[in-house]
Amino acid sequence: MDWEVKIETKLKDGILDPQGKAVKTGLKSLGYENVDSVFVGKYMEIIIKDISKKEDASEMVEDMCKKLLANPVIEEYKYELNKMEG
Amino acid sequence: MKAGVVTFPGSNCDHDVYNVLSKIFSFDTDLIWHQKRHLNNYDLLVLPGGFSYGDYLRSGAIARFARIMDSVIDFALAGGLVLGICNGFQILLESNLLPGAMKVNDNLKFVCKNVSLEVNNNKTTFTNHYCENEIIEMPVAHGEGNYYIDKKGLNSLIDNNQIVLRYANQSENPNGSVENIAGISNNKGNILGLMPHPERCSEDIISPGRRDGYRLFSSIVANLKAGGEQIG
Repeated sequence: MDWEVKIETKLKDGILDPQGKAVKTGLKSLGYENVDSVFVGKYMEIIIKDISKKEDASEMVEDMCKKLLANPVIEEYKYELNKMEG
Repeated sequence: MKAGVVTFPGSNCDHDVYNVLSKIFSFDTDLIWHQKRHLNNYDLLVLPGGFSYGDYLRSGAIARFARIMDSVIDFALAGGLVLGICNGFQILLESNLLPGAMKVNDNLKFVCKNVSLEVNNNKTTFTNHYCENEIIEMPVAHGEGNYYIDKKGLNSLIDNNQIVLRYANQSENPNGSVENIAGISNNKGNILGLMPHPERCSEDIISPGRRDGYRLFSSIVANLKAGGEQIG
């Protein structure tokens, strides 16, 4: 079974995000006065091959996030794991 | 005295450090390619500045898993002297050899200039040739030097005197780091990470009249010659 993973990482709540702050200023200056906050994160797509159980694939993704894809000191992550069609 | 400077793809200060260690301080110095697995017997390891792996994902995140790093981590945990400069500091954080993490500079700019620093702890192997609270000057050149650590971690750094260098004041802080932190050590004192570049201000030909980096290396040398006993 092959799996497609969509992963998002961003700075944890309460940790000032300099990029988000700059983007917010940009949006405001474009006239979007209602914009209250912006967080900039990262988005990754990963394809995993030949794993039969979803729990095993999920465990692997958790591991990848903790070890490399996110820095647990400052970042949080979430992901979507879907069976690939055909 | 034997020193190793680890070269990752994208390191660009490795030769600067090599030059200072070998020509000025007479270290028998090796440049160590990141794909090597084993280390020779070194008295000092340096992770130099640069943009290892293009800073992809996060600065230092991928270098941390380079083949040589297992040996570097073993060396550090066994008490070997490890100095991480700029990108090297980022790699030490990603390796959990030092606590905390780096964020993008608050002003989102790549900052390349001389800054004033305060020597917050001169009782380390790396700083014993400076005076306590001495104000020194070193160049910085980075886009991700915004050091972050949570409150609990910060208190532990303060309690154990691990904040070694600070930017001299808020206006000298080029990146927005917590408590103006520019360099920290581990609790044991054998690992130092700092954002400023001591190797760029260690000889007159590069920084005439300003050689505040020299004493960081001379501190290490004095310590090694004294038998490597931890000072302080």
